[in-house]
Amino acid sequence: MEELVWLIPALPLLGFVLLVLGGRRLGEPGAGYLATTMVAGSFIATVLVFVGLLGKDAEERLFEQTLFEWIPAGDFSVDVGFLADPLSITMALFITGISSLIHLYAIAYMHGDKDFSKFFVYMNLFVFSMLMLVLGDNLLITFLGWEGVGTCSYLLISFWFTDEANATAGKKAFVTNRVGDWGFMVATLLAFFTFGSINYGEMFSGADGMATSTATAITLLLLVGAAGKSAQFPLYLWLPDAMAGPTPVSALIHAATMVTGGVYLLTRVNPIIAEASSVAPDVIAWIGLFTALFAASIAVAQADIKKVLAYSTVSQLGFMFVAVGSGVYVAAIFHMVTHAFFKALLFLGAGSVIHGMDDEQDMEYYGGLRKFMPITAATMVVGWLAIAGVPPFSGFWSKDEILLGAYENNVVAWVLLLIAAILTAFYMSRLIFLTFFGERRWSDGDPEAHAAADEPVADDGARSFHPHEPSPLMWVPLVVLAGLALLGGLLNLPFTGDTKILEQWLEPSLFGNEHIATSGAAGKWTLAIMSIVAAVIGVIGAAAVYIRRRVDKSVVEQPILQDAWMVDDTVTSFMGGPGRKSFELVSWFDRTVIDGAVNGTAAVVRHGGLVLRRLQTGFVRSYAVGVGGGAVALLVYFLFRTTF
Amino acid sequence: MELTTTWYLVLGAIIFAIGASGLMIRRNPLVMFMCVELMLNAVNLTFVAFGRELDDLGGQVSVFFVLVVAAAEVVIGLAIIVAIMRHRSGATADDLSVLRG
Repeated sequence: MEELVWLIPALPLLGFVLLVLGGRRLGEPGAGYLATTMVAGSFIATVLVFVGLLGKDAEERLFEQTLFEWIPAGDFSVDVGFLADPLSITMALFITGISSLIHLYAIAYMHGDKDFSKFFVYMNLFVFSMLMLVLGDNLLITFLGWEGVGTCSYLLISFWFTDEANATAGKKAFVTNRVGDWGFMVATLLAFFTFGSINYGEMFSGADGMATSTATAITLLLLVGAAGKSAQFPLYLWLPDAMAGPTPVSALIHAATMVTGGVYLLTRVNPIIAEASSVAPDVIAWIGLFTALFAASIAVAQADIKKVLAYSTVSQLGFMFVAVGSGVYVAAIFHMVTHAFFKALLFLGAGSVIHGMDDEQDMEYYGGLRKFMPITAATMVVGWLAIAGVPPFSGFWSKDEILLGAYENNVVAWVLLLIAAILTAFYMSRLIFLTFFGERRWSDGDPEAHAAADEPVADDGARSFHPHEPSPLMWVPLVVLAGLALLGGLLNLPFTGDTKILEQWLEPSLFGNEHIATSGAAGKWTLAIMSIVAAVIGVIGAAAVYIRRRVDKSVVEQPILQDAWMVDDTVTSFMGGPGRKSFELVSWFDRTVIDGAVNGTAAVVRHGGLVLRRLQTGFVRSYAVGVGGGAVALLVYFLFRTTF
Repeated sequence: MELTTTWYLVLGAIIFAIGASGLMIRRNPLVMFMCVELMLNAVNLTFVAFGRELDDLGGQVSVFFVLVVAAAEVVIGLAIIVAIMRHRSGATADDLSVLRG
């Protein structure tokens, strides 16, 4: 059944084409249902391919399908082909699965939007691009998908483009991604010069014994690309701004799809990382570690509910980079999957809250919402416990694997990562406490209700809120995702070899490059208990600040953290000042020297032509004289040449 | 007095010179056209003369090619001249300089 692999990206593409042609006619909600059906069909196709691969022996679980030759150019030849192996199918399974749920949710969320069908056009194109990224059997197809998700993220983030800020956020995401794409492109060229091919299979069979320097260069260049797509320091800047898009887009881009592309790419090229100097994985791990800590510290002080989740995503991606850098690829993929479950859940839950709170995103206006939105509150609590790392929720198992890998790689890294885990538990608890618990900081415009409940009337009397549970179309995906976030840990329980299902399944894609834990049972238990303690410290700390109010919140929410360490401002002032000057210099060089050379050539030709056109008088007889004279001159020339 | 090859070559040169100078001097397109024909046939004459002198069939073969090209040229050239004359009778070749680029 692996032959169906082409169907996986083809269905969203078909949906895209159909919606472009007839989306407006379908209107609401038809266009949304069509898009959802296509993505769901893609999910079913993925399951079929998955079953097909399961039916084979572990070594044979690799299926390549070449559709046609795309670019034949001498030695350089690129096919449009798909690679179905455990890694790509794992990715495709959760991408299509979660995307289906998000599509379903978006039908309700985008209700009444004037560009309802256009939204689903972009969404289907996005899913198609993402599937090309993970299923492509060579670097160029992956790059095609890579650029595709970049473009779609631009379109979706600035979906409500009439607002200047949204349009700017879209441009920022696109441009920052392009910076990373540079690394990807150079790495592709380097891979072609090294291996004579950019097909994954051919590259990996040639990787054994390749020059260490080349492998290091390719790894680091791909890291640049991956850092751009997966929002690692310093290319993370686009992601928090990308919250300008509609909430389903945030869930799609920041949970299940786009941002996982970088981690996927680095996992995919594990044979090349294995050949690289040990500096390369260390760089990956330290960038991830720094990002994890840095973003977590910012998330602690954000007031906007979506901004908290955005920095949380950056931080969690940092965890995955640490896993890749420590050689525990399975943990990276495991955390990617569980993160996709609980982060999609949290984003959609946040969307539900925003929806119920009249599009207000500032948590200062929330509080005590659990009574009004019980389903949203219950599902988001599941997501919170999962991301905080409380057992038995899924996030605990995957984060524990990463911490174990980091510990065996470098104890300092483990300590820092544990601090990031404490911060994670803290800021997520803060989000939940501020939103669903505590006193109401909003007014429903009915003073008597407040009086009856013996609550103070909020000062902000001008605004009244009527929080309510969303329609089933929105809460059903929440419940499904909550179930997944609860049970996702079952994929890879660390107790015995048999319970490590994901590790066994991914083994053929990792070519034995996975770091096998060497710690004994006692060490592992100690580490697991430490990570539980970290989660509990974070939750209790947040409770002390935001529920018991033992500590004033201004101690935690430092202005520098609210300003995200001023990185954005620094970049802005640099780009506005010296950066702009240097770019103006480049632009001047381009205008005068490069354009000058091109325009100069054209000017010489034009003026020469103006002079020479005078020779063409139109008098046939003068042409005849010219021909005759020329013939005589030639005759004379040849005569004298032979004579002398 | 025997007619040697030289006579034919001299005749060809004279005819060619007449044709060439006619082309440069006359303004009537039809006459200029006839001058071109004169030049072509002068060349034909030298081809045949040399072919006979050197006992090489190539000279005569070349003449056939020239004849074919000349015939084709006549067809197109006359058609153009007729078209011009219909448009503006009594036109000279110099009047047509308005066609310059």
